[in-house]
Amino acid sequence: MLLTQSLVLSAILFSLGVVGILIRRNAIILFMCVELMLNAANLAFVALSRAVGIEGQVFVFFVIAVAAAEAAVGLAIVIAVFRHFESVDIKNFSLLRW
Amino acid sequence: MTELLWWVFASLAIGGALGMILGRSPVASLMFLILTFFGVAAIYILLGAHFIGAIQIIVYAGAIMVLFLFVIMLLNLGHDYEKDLRSVGWMAAGFAAAGATGFLLTRAFLPAGSVPDMGGDSMIAAAVEQYGAVGAVAYPMLQEYVVPFELTGLLLLIAIVGAVVLAKRRI
Repeated sequence: MLLTQSLVLSAILFSLGVVGILIRRNAIILFMCVELMLNAANLAFVALSRAVGIEGQVFVFFVIAVAAAEAAVGLAIVIAVFRHFESVDIKNFSLLRW
Repeated sequence: MTELLWWVFASLAIGGALGMILGRSPVASLMFLILTFFGVAAIYILLGAHFIGAIQIIVYAGAIMVLFLFVIMLLNLGHDYEKDLRSVGWMAAGFAAAGATGFLLTRAFLPAGSVPDMGGDSMIAAAVEQYGAVGAVAYPMLQEYVVPFELTGLLLLIAIVGAVVLAKRRI
């Protein structure tokens, strides 16, 4: 059954993204992990569109647009932080916390 | 045949994801991530979402990944692998958290028939028959979901302005 299998694959990819977020310090790799988690969510949407209808694929389109916007702004922040600290280690981003 | 191809591309996607989170340099991680994106795009196509598969390759594996590669090379990163990995405690916590996440998500999906079948497959087949693979996605997007569509355009505009403001040294 392709639908259930794909949902399980999406769960696996999402948890691999979680592992990456928790074990790496490089901000750019953290961004890649966020993209992976968004992709896992997209996979769940597409798989469920086989049960529910075309709406799943429409939502994936919106998620991809939001991911593109997020990557552009996020990488701009990375460049701004790198200019300040000469490093993209995540500890330099603590200024954004509060 | 579809089943076999699904397993091939699923293992490609998982292998790429593992390679990404363990990759030694950011560029290697990025290449593994592109492998994952291609695997996922192939699975979209196997699931019958041809347009979304093409968009995935064009937007993700094309545009977004080039943006990442550009930033990595601009900043000349990737010489300190040991500093990049967190301590053993963090790793244990990370794997435990991910195991719990994966278990709970799988648990929610796995009992066969837990996804109610509302006949989406035949609805999509009818829409593709009538409008074509792109039109089947485009018609609902530009009719029922036209307000979110316009808001997405606005969001992209804001993101462009925000990226320029953040990355520019002096405006």
